Amino acid sequence: MIAYIIRRLMYVLPILVGVNILTFALFFVVNTPDDMAHMQLGMKHVTEEAVDNWKAERGYDRPLFYNGEQAGLTTLTDTIFFDNSVRLFVFDFGQSDDGRDIGHDISERMWPSLALAIPTLIIGLLVNLTFAMLMAFFRGSYVDLSGVILCVVLMSISGLFYIIGGQWLVSKILHLVPISGYQPGLDAWKFLILPVIIGVIGGIGSGARWYRTIFLEEIARDYVRTARAKGLGEQMVLFRHVLRNALVPILTGVVVVIPLLFMGSLVMESFFGIPGLGSYTIDAIHKQDFAIVRSMVFLGSVLYIVGLILTDISYTLVDPRIRLN
Amino acid sequence: MALLANNRAFILFSGLLLVAVIVAISVPVKWVVLWTDALIFALITVILGSGWLVRNKPYLLAPWRRVLKRRLASAALVVLLSYVLIGLLDSVHFREALPPQVGSSEVHYSPHTLSVLDKLLTPIRIQEEKSYSAPFAIHLFSKESTQREDGTTVREYPRLQYGGAHLEDIQQRQTDITHTLLMASSYSLLAWLLLSALIIWIMAQRYSLSYRQQVERLVRGEMELPWRTLLLTLLAVMLFAFVAMMLGVKYHVFGTDKVGQDVLYQTLKSIRTGLVIGTLTTLIMLPFAVVLGVAAGYFRGWIDDTIQYIYTTLNSIPGVLLIAAAVLIMQAYIAGNPELFETMEERADARLFFLCLILGITSWTGLCRLLRGEALKLRELDYVQAAHAFGVPQHKILSSHIFPNVLHIVLITLVLDFSGLVLAEAVLSYVGIGVDPTMHSWGNMINGARLEMAREPMVWWSLMAAFIFMFILVLAANLFADAVRDAFDPRAQH
Amino acid sequence: MNDVLLQVNDLKTWFEGSSGTARAVDGVSFEIRRGETFALLGESGCGKSMTALSLMRLVPEPAGRIVAGSVLLDGVDLLTLPEHQMRNIRGGRVGMIFQEPMTSLNPVMRVGRQIQESVECHLGLRNRAAKARVLELLDAVGIPDPQQRYDEYPHQLSGGMKQRVMIAIALAGEPELLIADEPTTALDVTIQAQVLELMAELQKQTGMAMLLITHDLGVVAEVADRVAVMYAGQIVEQASREQFFSDPQHPYSKKLFASMPDIEKRGEKLAVIRGSVPPLTTEFSGCRFEARCDYSWELCQNSVPQWHQQASGHGIRCHLMDEVHHGRGITHHEEPEADTPQTTEIPDQPILKVDGLKVHFPIHKGLFKRVVGHVHAVDGIDIDLKPGQTLALVGESGCGKTTVGKGILQLIRPTAGDVNFENIDLTQLSNKQLRPMRGDIQIIFQDPFSSLNPRMRVADIIEEGMIAQGKGGSASQCQQRIDELLQQVGLSPEHKQRYPHEFSGGQRQRVCIARALAVEPKLIICDEPTSALDVSVQAQILNLLKKLQQELGLAYLFITHDISVVEYLAHQVAVMYLGRIVEQGEVEEVLNQPRHPYTQALLSAVPSIRESKREKQRLSGELPSPINPPQGCHFNPRCPKVMANCKENYPDSTLLTESHFVRCFLYD
Repeated sequence: MIAYIIRRLMYVLPILVGVNILTFALFFVVNTPDDMAHMQLGMKHVTEEAVDNWKAERGYDRPLFYNGEQAGLTTLTDTIFFDNSVRLFVFDFGQSDDGRDIGHDISERMWPSLALAIPTLIIGLLVNLTFAMLMAFFRGSYVDLSGVILCVVLMSISGLFYIIGGQWLVSKILHLVPISGYQPGLDAWKFLILPVIIGVIGGIGSGARWYRTIFLEEIARDYVRTARAKGLGEQMVLFRHVLRNALVPILTGVVVVIPLLFMGSLVMESFFGIPGLGSYTIDAIHKQDFAIVRSMVFLGSVLYIVGLILTDISYTLVDPRIRLN
Repeated sequence: MALLANNRAFILFSGLLLVAVIVAISVPVKWVVLWTDALIFALITVILGSGWLVRNKPYLLAPWRRVLKRRLASAALVVLLSYVLIGLLDSVHFREALPPQVGSSEVHYSPHTLSVLDKLLTPIRIQEEKSYSAPFAIHLFSKESTQREDGTTVREYPRLQYGGAHLEDIQQRQTDITHTLLMASSYSLLAWLLLSALIIWIMAQRYSLSYRQQVERLVRGEMELPWRTLLLTLLAVMLFAFVAMMLGVKYHVFGTDKVGQDVLYQTLKSIRTGLVIGTLTTLIMLPFAVVLGVAAGYFRGWIDDTIQYIYTTLNSIPGVLLIAAAVLIMQAYIAGNPELFETMEERADARLFFLCLILGITSWTGLCRLLRGEALKLRELDYVQAAHAFGVPQHKILSSHIFPNVLHIVLITLVLDFSGLVLAEAVLSYVGIGVDPTMHSWGNMINGARLEMAREPMVWWSLMAAFIFMFILVLAANLFADAVRDAFDPRAQH
Repeated sequence: MNDVLLQVNDLKTWFEGSSGTARAVDGVSFEIRRGETFALLGESGCGKSMTALSLMRLVPEPAGRIVAGSVLLDGVDLLTLPEHQMRNIRGGRVGMIFQEPMTSLNPVMRVGRQIQESVECHLGLRNRAAKARVLELLDAVGIPDPQQRYDEYPHQLSGGMKQRVMIAIALAGEPELLIADEPTTALDVTIQAQVLELMAELQKQTGMAMLLITHDLGVVAEVADRVAVMYAGQIVEQASREQFFSDPQHPYSKKLFASMPDIEKRGEKLAVIRGSVPPLTTEFSGCRFEARCDYSWELCQNSVPQWHQQASGHGIRCHLMDEVHHGRGITHHEEPEADTPQTTEIPDQPILKVDGLKVHFPIHKGLFKRVVGHVHAVDGIDIDLKPGQTLALVGESGCGKTTVGKGILQLIRPTAGDVNFENIDLTQLSNKQLRPMRGDIQIIFQDPFSSLNPRMRVADIIEEGMIAQGKGGSASQCQQRIDELLQQVGLSPEHKQRYPHEFSGGQRQRVCIARALAVEPKLIICDEPTSALDVSVQAQILNLLKKLQQELGLAYLFITHDISVVEYLAHQVAVMYLGRIVEQGEVEEVLNQPRHPYTQALLSAVPSIRESKREKQRLSGELPSPINPPQGCHFNPRCPKVMANCKENYPDSTLLTESHFVRCFLYD
């Protein structure tokens, strides 16, 4: 097990290096610091001086990879690459373009993100499973057929519509909860309840339909016939045999996204004014703050890879056939 | 497909194409081929070409027939084709010649690129009001100060410049709308009857039946394909088209937006954007996904390791962020090099093309992984082993054994991804990393309307129009994709 | 006392499919008496499994449904019972085991729990008592160390063990009737013998009746009391075992016997049943076997034959039994033709000479994926094969026989050893040098469905090898050659524009043979070419292979697990056990006087329709893993005659006659 995790981590390292070099290339080579300065300071009527100042403030006036003016190891460390990319490996995110500590922002803003994302994930999973089980139980009947059609219709509606429609109906017409905003602590629930419900509804279409397919695939297997031949009732067959086997692909599909929950949801958070990492990212995109976007890209990749490793481990927990190695 | 199998139809088609080219050359305009236009035409050529090739491959025709046999799928196909028709009309671009200046024989062209669709929608396109107006309104949405004839200034809702301008008495609006509606319906019914009669006549010829027998077969639903459903869907589409056009020139059917532009026009223009994103994205990256995926699975070893490394790395970057980063950078590039683009449309188009590219980069990995898995399975199959035992060269094994047997996966992915991409466009435009803000797209429409949510009463029509058009397209695409998957996926058949 | 346990009357189960209604079970009637074994015999697709599922009301809905008939268990009609009462029957009074032990157990549930479920459901036992009962059951089905097995998952058990667990599940409800649907088809013969014996023993202990569904005449002969033969959804003949095997009456049954390959038919062509089973979607207006029957006349086409019950208990559904037609002669009877005796001298020089062939697959493990061991799939094999001869390579699954074939073809590069084909060592050639030689050795695979590319026409499939090998000449010559080849394998030239899915399994195998012949090979490696086919179709393919050998002087390396095919076809036979050949010789020598204890056990395990002269000998245990073969002679843990020496050294080969050798210390 431990050897396995170590090996996975060693496999992960080149991927993170790849991500890092790719983002560095995107942000500093394709788009030079001069371009960034021009963009930040306005395209026209910028003096060379202002650009130089802007670069110097952020350390972007140094060479990219090799600093010939320094001696010893600093030839490599006193460069844009080292400061902005290598440091990411120790989760030192540096400062945003407007001078804030990104690491601090992240640690503060991930909590509202989680407060929104975790309930959405859990409730969504339960709702989808129930819905899919119902369709699988009544497979081939009109209940199943109308369920599938409902799923396709739900899938075909843009997520933005759920949000706008939900805000309009619940907040504007019924005045049940505030349209947007956030308060830390326990009061957060009244700001979170609407986005959570909308998130769950928005996910039913694709989720329930996918789970239904998995259930139906399992129901067609031989061991289900064996279970029936034992004289077990249909509920028992579904819950004790089918569900346990179907959970293998379902759970592992869920595990891979768990770490990414930290990143929050861009659209939800910005619509509902929740100060999480999602709206942080979206603000950074609007402000064209490259430092923040770069940090989020790196953070996202790390979390994704953590998700992959967790998936492998969770496989071994739910499926006795799979052993690591 | 069935039509293409027919040689006469092919000759007819080529003839039409020739006529179109001659007309195109003889009209005094400057034809513009945007990047995405070129790709769309390439795509159409590929589709027609493969249709020609498929013609005598029963194993490829059979699944298509299964798709068309499903009533829901064939209805969805009619809807999709109507969207595609609008999208195609909107993909033939030109710049009109300006009136010649005195004393100069040189022809100057308008700085605005128009499409054939623009030309067809001319009355709707140019009937711009001052600002918001509700659907079928004849007054502006907000009060303005106007001066009466007697010199007093009042705040009132001014009459629209175009919407309902023909009405002398505003009381007549209801009767006028009803009247136009009836007229449009009867026109569309007439056109539909003529078209159906033609189709039935062709079918009667083909099956050597009398006209009456053929009609009976069709009405009773005894045809191999669900022609009844096809024709009824066509009726619905034609009804909508006639009503929208005939009402559209008199009123703003879906209202107007902030700058007074007709919302119906905007949403029709958005169709092309949606289609381009939905199809070209997958298409651009398709060669990479297929070549890399198949190579990884077939050759294994270090090739496999390298390709897996590439796609895991790309996959590990959150898609939205990679798109955001790339779009930000491209914005900077376009802003820094304005001289590259002659017109505003060209600039917007370049951005659209780039967006497809970057969306493609974030989405090809899934297909690549699927193909790798399939190639891994195929290479162990007995018929591939048999080919090895014959000493068949690698490239032939790949082209005749591996590639034809993964094609269905490519096709299924292509159609399944379509609807997701159309929906993604809206979200990306909302986030600000979608298409150019000047480009008509559902995302931009929603984004613009969202800001007006707080108004009392609400400005809801832009949102509604965008959602309805998007919903119909995505629903039709989903239904069609389901049928395609069921027909082509060997696992789905028993 | 009424000794009829189960009475099935006019059962009909139909399926709605894309090509119409398939009448899988179409009016089946039979009865099973207490304590007896009733065998339902038939080829694949004849509806025998559907009959079994219908009895349990387990037909997959909504595609399939039982449309008529009654199933009386002690006089109670199971088909009209409400579902909750039916559940008490399933797994309670009637137990069932299935063909595929690999997939029939829930992979994520401990095997003990899976048995316990049934115990709790039907015996009302809970917790400790239930577990105790499960342990008893595990012990009863011959699973060693039940305590430990209780907590294991299905994937940790071998195929034979899984089938024992399935039997334990079926026994848990103490059934009066056990339905066994091809219970041993997926198992090797030595394991099959163990499982059949176990079932017979359990039957003796509990007195339950058994409905055995099988396609294997041998299995029927070994265990059944009474037999019913199914064909295309109907029972065509029913009799006691003695009656059936001594005097089969229905033309189909007679043909089945005649098409069984065995040693007595060596010199002659096997009788074949022409054509294939009609699709069950057909609306039959006459006898279902009519199109394939040698006796048929116009009545058979137009009138459905009635069931004739004879006083002896023998029943037949055939017009030949009608009073008026009784004794009617055969209209076009085919006498089995004698083979033209082989006149060609067999050259002394072998065409294929394999020396010390080894194929090992490395196993990677640990942090750096070090190689920690090898799968010794093939571990030192010597083969000599002369032109025009057939060498059969016999062994159970997992013994490495398929790998030998691929190793000779260089589809898998051997780890060690030489493969000399016409005195050229293939292992020394590069892929490029090998290419021109590829035409000389060809291969025919087991699965006719995966060995043809579904996207290519038959003509393209056959042409592929010709193009690669530069044989066949110009385009028109090539087409002509394809026509010839198709005729040679018994297909018509019109077939060449078709795609593989339009053919039946037997026809596909013919296409595979034509494809191999297209490059004019001298040696064909036949990797179980008939094991996926029904007996009647198998006979067609065997006849074809034999004919081709005589006409073209081909050499065959025939890889198989089926002894009867070996008896019929082979000249020499080599018996493989765990990567090595343990005994080899002329076919008469090895099969009549097997010397190696493994060969003896293997032969005695094969169920036979004739009274066997071989003494019954049952092997315990199963094939060990080729990763860690047992020390010494690989067979020593299962060998009934094991000696001290066997546990330390692997025996060298001992020459018994000029052509017969064995690797066993008994003959040292």
